[in-house]
Amino acid sequence: MFKKKDLILIGVMLILCVISYVAIQFFVKKDGSRVLVKVDGMVKYEHQLNQDTELTVQGYQGGENHIVIHDGKVSMTDADCPDKLCVNMGKISKTGETIVCLPHRVVVEITGAGDGVDSVVQ
Amino acid sequence: MKKEKKNKTYTIAVCGVLTALAMIFGYIESLIPIPVPIPGMKLGIANIAILTVLYAVGPWEALIINMIRITLTSMMFGNFNSFLFSMAGGILSMLVMILLRKMNQFSMTGVSVAGGVAHNIGQIGAAMVIMGTSAIIYYLPVLLITGVVAGIVIGIVGAMVTKRVKLGTKLEN
Repeated sequence: MFKKKDLILIGVMLILCVISYVAIQFFVKKDGSRVLVKVDGMVKYEHQLNQDTELTVQGYQGGENHIVIHDGKVSMTDADCPDKLCVNMGKISKTGETIVCLPHRVVVEITGAGDGVDSVVQ
Repeated sequence: MKKEKKNKTYTIAVCGVLTALAMIFGYIESLIPIPVPIPGMKLGIANIAILTVLYAVGPWEALIINMIRITLTSMMFGNFNSFLFSMAGGILSMLVMILLRKMNQFSMTGVSVAGGVAHNIGQIGAAMVIMGTSAIIYYLPVLLITGVVAGIVIGIVGAMVTKRVKLGTKLEN
């Protein structure tokens, strides 16, 4: 059922997985300062992470996502998408962390203070 | 790989049955809740049928059946978004599996693992383009490991199905 080369392939995949995990933990994740909300690739809202607020976002082709910023953490508290994965993602606060709602094409993204310009230009 | 002339009626019948099987797997999959909230994460059990087509019929039939499956399943159980993500993942994983199958170096398990990982990478790539954010790549490690685990299971089951599909014929590789 397994050939030797299968096991090598599986091993390589697992090593790649560990490397990408470590790289993301050490180089991407830092304490974030700003919150970007994108719908279908366009930045719709931008907010400071340290100011508490609540917003409701209109998703692509209808649908609503309710986002709460509280105590420097962002969470999706409610959404009318079918799978509710975004609501179950919990709270995020580090750069590079996201809450994604694929059905509504909504991305909540945390960025640092320095890379704000880049993310807008993107 | 021996080149044998295949019975056309047999090929059409097997393709039809396996397309139906792939769609039913797609439906069953949509009913299974995934405990981890990661977008784009799937078991990929429909790949059992596609893998069987790849081994019992041929690579191009497998590619076409996979595209038909994705189109039909998205029309019935999904939306245009899920169609785009699945199509990107499906085509990439199919091309990788065809390539590995032609190389003749791996068993079905290896081919399935590579296909599962390629599917997740394709989906993440499409999501990064469509949603206009590179931060989704953050999910890559998790999707890689689930692709490997699901790929192993699906490769083993796929090998069993292929054996039985081939039993009814004189086709052997």
